[in-house]
Amino acid sequence: MHDITRRTLLSGVALTALAPALRPAIAAADIAPKRGGILNTILTPEPPILVLGINNQAPTQLAGGKIFQGLLEYSFKLDPMPQLAKSWSVSDDRKTYTFKLQENVTFHDGHKLTADDVIFSIMKFHMELSPRARPIFSKIKEATAPDPHTVVLTLDSPFEPFLLMFDVTACAIVPKHIYEGTDFRTNPQNQKPIGSGPFQFVEWQRGNFLRLKRYDGYWVKDQPYLDEIIYRIIPDSQSRALALQTGQVQMTQANDIEPFDIPRFRAMPNLEVELKGWEYASQLSWIEINHRVKPLDDVRVRQAISHALDRSFILNKLWFGIGKVATGPIVSTTRYYDPSVAKLQAYNLDKAKALLDAAGLKPDGNGVRFTIKHLALPYGEVWMRLAEYFRTSLRKIGIEVVLETTDAGAWAKRIGDWEYETSTNFVSQFGDPTLGVERTYVSTNIKKVTFTNTGGYANPKIDALFQTARDSGDSAVRAKAFTEIQQILCEEIPQIWLMEMQWPTVHEKKLHNVIRTAMGPNAGFGEVFFG
Amino acid sequence: MSAFIRAFARNKGAVVGLVILALVAITAAVASLVFPFSPWDMQGAPFQPPGDPDAWLGTDSLGRDVAAGIAYGARVSLLIGAVSTAVSLLIGVSLGAIAGYAGGLLDDAVMRFTEFFQTIPSFILAIVLVAIFSPSLGSIVAAIAIVSWPPVTRVIRAEFLSLRGREFVQAAEVLGRSRTAIVFREILPNALSPLIVLASLMVANAILLESGLSFLGLGDPNLMSWGFMIGAGRSVIRLAWWMSVFPGVAIFLTVLALNLVGEGLGDALNPRLARRR
Repeated sequence: MHDITRRTLLSGVALTALAPALRPAIAAADIAPKRGGILNTILTPEPPILVLGINNQAPTQLAGGKIFQGLLEYSFKLDPMPQLAKSWSVSDDRKTYTFKLQENVTFHDGHKLTADDVIFSIMKFHMELSPRARPIFSKIKEATAPDPHTVVLTLDSPFEPFLLMFDVTACAIVPKHIYEGTDFRTNPQNQKPIGSGPFQFVEWQRGNFLRLKRYDGYWVKDQPYLDEIIYRIIPDSQSRALALQTGQVQMTQANDIEPFDIPRFRAMPNLEVELKGWEYASQLSWIEINHRVKPLDDVRVRQAISHALDRSFILNKLWFGIGKVATGPIVSTTRYYDPSVAKLQAYNLDKAKALLDAAGLKPDGNGVRFTIKHLALPYGEVWMRLAEYFRTSLRKIGIEVVLETTDAGAWAKRIGDWEYETSTNFVSQFGDPTLGVERTYVSTNIKKVTFTNTGGYANPKIDALFQTARDSGDSAVRAKAFTEIQQILCEEIPQIWLMEMQWPTVHEKKLHNVIRTAMGPNAGFGEVFFG
Repeated sequence: MSAFIRAFARNKGAVVGLVILALVAITAAVASLVFPFSPWDMQGAPFQPPGDPDAWLGTDSLGRDVAAGIAYGARVSLLIGAVSTAVSLLIGVSLGAIAGYAGGLLDDAVMRFTEFFQTIPSFILAIVLVAIFSPSLGSIVAAIAIVSWPPVTRVIRAEFLSLRGREFVQAAEVLGRSRTAIVFREILPNALSPLIVLASLMVANAILLESGLSFLGLGDPNLMSWGFMIGAGRSVIRLAWWMSVFPGVAIFLTVLALNLVGEGLGDALNPRLARRR
């Protein structure tokens, strides 16, 4: 076994020297790509549909990312990289974006992908379907196609994070000839999605597996290297771990494997555990505070709670070291994160008690200062442990926490209806604070909808700073505003940030090129191969 | 009474069961003296194996003492077992007595109603009830009581049917005693022995039901219970077997003890067996 591995590795090295690099970005691979092989992996939970835009849940992004493509991809540092757009330029007034498209791109039904499809996808498809894209794409005043391989988008005012809206998860390019003039949501072709990605849809046995095969007409020469990707649907986490351990699947991602199983897979010599690939999503978890509930509106109380939580305990003991300790409202992999000002209250129970004393909340005969409810996040066991840890930690500083449990649907409804005192939440930042951070803190976004400013935090200064950052096309101005925002929010701590989430991608070591971009396992996998 | 004790003591298993049950009860009673802290408090490093002088049954994923959890869990298990059994006895005895004593249409109506409940798998019904009323001590007790009363009704009805035709009941009727007096003073005391046996088994069943609910995450999130401990330890069983094994042993012993005691009571209260002795 070992011998074979070594031999293949050696021959691989020899081949690299001979084979010309396909794309400079890939040259880092130390082994020449090889055609063939079927990748078995897992999809959890089973998505309702595979067309990105119609559904944007995590499993749809994972499988849809292989079938569809966006104009751009992003590097780990969130710099745009070419995908369907081979180059792009921004005018001096930062209002006009010109994308040059790759030529020879065809959809899986053989139709050519042209500028018309791109404009249709942006201006019609995602504009109608995506609540995330709509407010941003509606800034586009004019979308034109001077030639079949050029798209020019003109904005009504500069919007600096605009280029972060063009990856496959935010704006997948769909075929105009199939969707134009139909009801996008009920188009029969949704059951057999047609995209331009390296893999095309073959069959989907609900509750069992989803099979994608190599698209022979894919526009990148020699790619994709794999013959097929099979996503198995395995609802039980222990069965998933077993499938990985026995080699039935060669790869798992996202929340397939529970954190407590990761140390075991790290120790297996044939597997590799990667934590990169979540820079675009950059999810931040926090204790969700409802500012309408007294005394949680008092900044000293929130600071005390923040002081009472040992974030490294949460990271190391609950998440087994997967993720990073939060340092502020902006995740360290999101743009404009400023490490010099992002500093949270350190774990210190005495300080916490002093702050509560200062707030006039003295302990009664039983040592209880006040009682609050906590609605546990029903996303699995580790979140329940977090709720229990929260209760135990707050009891130490004299705050009694009563836990409430519910199911996922009821949780989202209660958060959206503001019917909670405290809860747990984790939210994606999409690379830029204007895209993914602003929504939680500005008073204009206090709505009865999940993932808005449901906590009801309102600070005119913060509103103004986010507005400045949104409107300015100048990254220096934006950086200044975001630095100030981080400073103020770390002090005010409107939500008690806990952890920057990461999700382990576990794959066999012989599977190469798996995590190459900030899209992580949602990328197209054209470059992935078995060595 | 002493004859009863002698008859009970003749069944060795029953005595062992009674001893175990007494130990569980004592554990529950002294929990707060031996472990003068909340079972949810972190007492040490997480995943400490058993044998540690501070936590001799080990600690769980948050560093909570497993031994303290079992001691406080005994309270919850016994409390839920006793209260829910009492409630289901109340429902079952009333309905059974009405059906058995009144007979006729009323009997038919009550029995069809009972059968309706018996056709639904009890654990599934309990899950549905707890899920609807959101998990709390009250909703769990209510759910267990609602799914456990039908057997009581059937037993009591059968006893009433056979007893109400006996001479002593007819004599009481002739003497002009009121119906309530006949039901409570004459018939019910004579129907008690199967009821006591049934009740002891129902406590065991209630403890199992509560553990099952907690295992599935439908327990009261503010109460430490054995089922919750197993559910929380299940996923890390490769890493920390003690988190699920010890509470499992606690459930096993308690339920076994209740079954043994129930059997002993059945033997001791059975007049046919008593005559043979």
